[in-house]
Amino acid sequence: MSTGTQILFKRIHVANSHTLAAVTALGAYQSLEKALGMSGEEIIAQVKKAGIRGRGGAGFPAGLKWSFIPKNDPRPRYLVCNADEGEPGTCKDRDIMRYDPHLLIEGMAIAGYAVGAQQGYIYIRGEFVHEAERLESAIAEAYAAGHLGANLHGKGATFHLAVHRGAGAYVCGEETALLESIEGKKGQPRVKPPFPANVGLYDCPTVINNVETLSSVPEIIAQGGEWYSKLGVTNSTGTKIFAVSGHVNKPGNYEVELGIPLKTLLEEYAGGVKGGWANLKGVIPGGSSAPILPPAVCETITMDYDAIGKAGSMLGSGAVIVVNKSVCIVRALARLERFYRHESCGQCTPCREGTGWLSQIVSRIEAGKGRMEDLDLLTDICKNISGKTICALGDAAAGPVQGVLRHFRDEVEYHIKNGRCMVG
Amino acid sequence: MSSDQQTIPMEVDGPPPRFSPEALQRIEEILTRYPEAHRRRSALIPVLHLAQKEFGGWLSRQAMDLVADHLGIPPIRVYEVATFYTMFNLKPVGKHHVQICTNISCWLCGSDAIVKAVQQKLGVGFGQTDKDKRFTLTEVECLGACVNAPMMQINDDYYEDLTPDKISGILDGLT
Repeated sequence: MSTGTQILFKRIHVANSHTLAAVTALGAYQSLEKALGMSGEEIIAQVKKAGIRGRGGAGFPAGLKWSFIPKNDPRPRYLVCNADEGEPGTCKDRDIMRYDPHLLIEGMAIAGYAVGAQQGYIYIRGEFVHEAERLESAIAEAYAAGHLGANLHGKGATFHLAVHRGAGAYVCGEETALLESIEGKKGQPRVKPPFPANVGLYDCPTVINNVETLSSVPEIIAQGGEWYSKLGVTNSTGTKIFAVSGHVNKPGNYEVELGIPLKTLLEEYAGGVKGGWANLKGVIPGGSSAPILPPAVCETITMDYDAIGKAGSMLGSGAVIVVNKSVCIVRALARLERFYRHESCGQCTPCREGTGWLSQIVSRIEAGKGRMEDLDLLTDICKNISGKTICALGDAAAGPVQGVLRHFRDEVEYHIKNGRCMVG
Repeated sequence: MSSDQQTIPMEVDGPPPRFSPEALQRIEEILTRYPEAHRRRSALIPVLHLAQKEFGGWLSRQAMDLVADHLGIPPIRVYEVATFYTMFNLKPVGKHHVQICTNISCWLCGSDAIVKAVQQKLGVGFGQTDKDKRFTLTEVECLGACVNAPMMQINDDYYEDLTPDKISGILDGLT
């Protein structure tokens, strides 16, 4: 296994990598120093040139997002880091926050300066108590050293940063639900447009980026957008952390260049599929919302936005969930649909009702009480959810159902006809 | 948030709770994080976390009313937030709140056996508290530690890479 370019994890193996002293010796905040000598436009141009796409799941180009902040607008601007990390299978941001919090803080200071935001918030999922404490300690260190606050590095710019813990709601990973949550409300997504770039936190222009995206910024500034754009493949530049979980021998977070063959990621990095490659049943390539890919596709597919999209799934958050042949696919699906039902915020009827129906029907099939017409019913419900709701949670609930019906229909039919699993 | 929505406990008993001086100081510090015009509302979730910690791991109606009063926001705004987010407990919990993830990655890695081991050890099922009020057991959704599955959270701490034989030692080790 070759460990290629490391941007996000380059310092995490150093002793006390969460402290300012340890990472200052390794060049932390030198990119901020460089950025403060550039104009906001120049920084945004570099991030655009880098081609980095949002690492939270949607894959929207980060530089473009930053450029949507209106110019000459008198309202304050905000920078928000999405550290909600709730997509099942995803645990990559946690490692950045607990092992190299200063990387994220530096990225936020640069991003805040670039878009003219003087206040930033890190919205971290409520259960990450210790990670939030790590961030708060690191923020205090950064303030004391002049990397945060008024007059950054003595050069006049201001950027304040605070941690805001959530309290247990998957939907708050959706950017507008997250803003509602910071505002002290229920996490119910807002209708878009207006987009947060114009009407975001406290109705002010707001940029929201994932932890991994923001943590990539210091290296982009240090090495230049051009350099970064040569990592990875066309339309999927840079490195990405893949959280490989489930049936592999060495589950873990692996930072690799985008475009790596899935088989290489699993066999060379994650220690191989439990029971061998031939024992692979399928891979969920981008968090639980991403439709599952069958072994024939896994054999050759590469881990980039375009390739996974063409295969009918999505790269999402980069959470790779590996399922081997010991698993009943209907049971796995029933578990996931129960999750979406639980997490629907209840605001949109197609999602609130639809996730309930999907969960009930899949559970009924799992319990041996399914009917053949349930297959069409599931398809129909998915169609009536997808694209008909304010946020993507409904689509996220439909994705796994559609993936299973596309690639494992025979197994679902077997379950209905025989009232039990094909497996075991 | 849908089928298992929590409801506000209406009964009121015991003396009204009060924040300790340390908690009051902490609340003042929390308020400064947000712009002046929005700070009382934005502080709600952090202050509810603090109140829950302060008042025995759960939020009584009186505790929520105290938060509403202290922040100067209508009680209904506090109730709707407290009922929306799963981390806010609206009924008493044991000293150790054991939360086991059974979502996809944990399930693939054997969370069923972890659930069984914990239930056998504690003699309680999901949603139950033992008679000594030492343990409450809850099934939870993904907690974001998937590459170290299966896992559980007890109060603020994660216990990862679990196997059934580790359970007894972990639970016995809690003070």
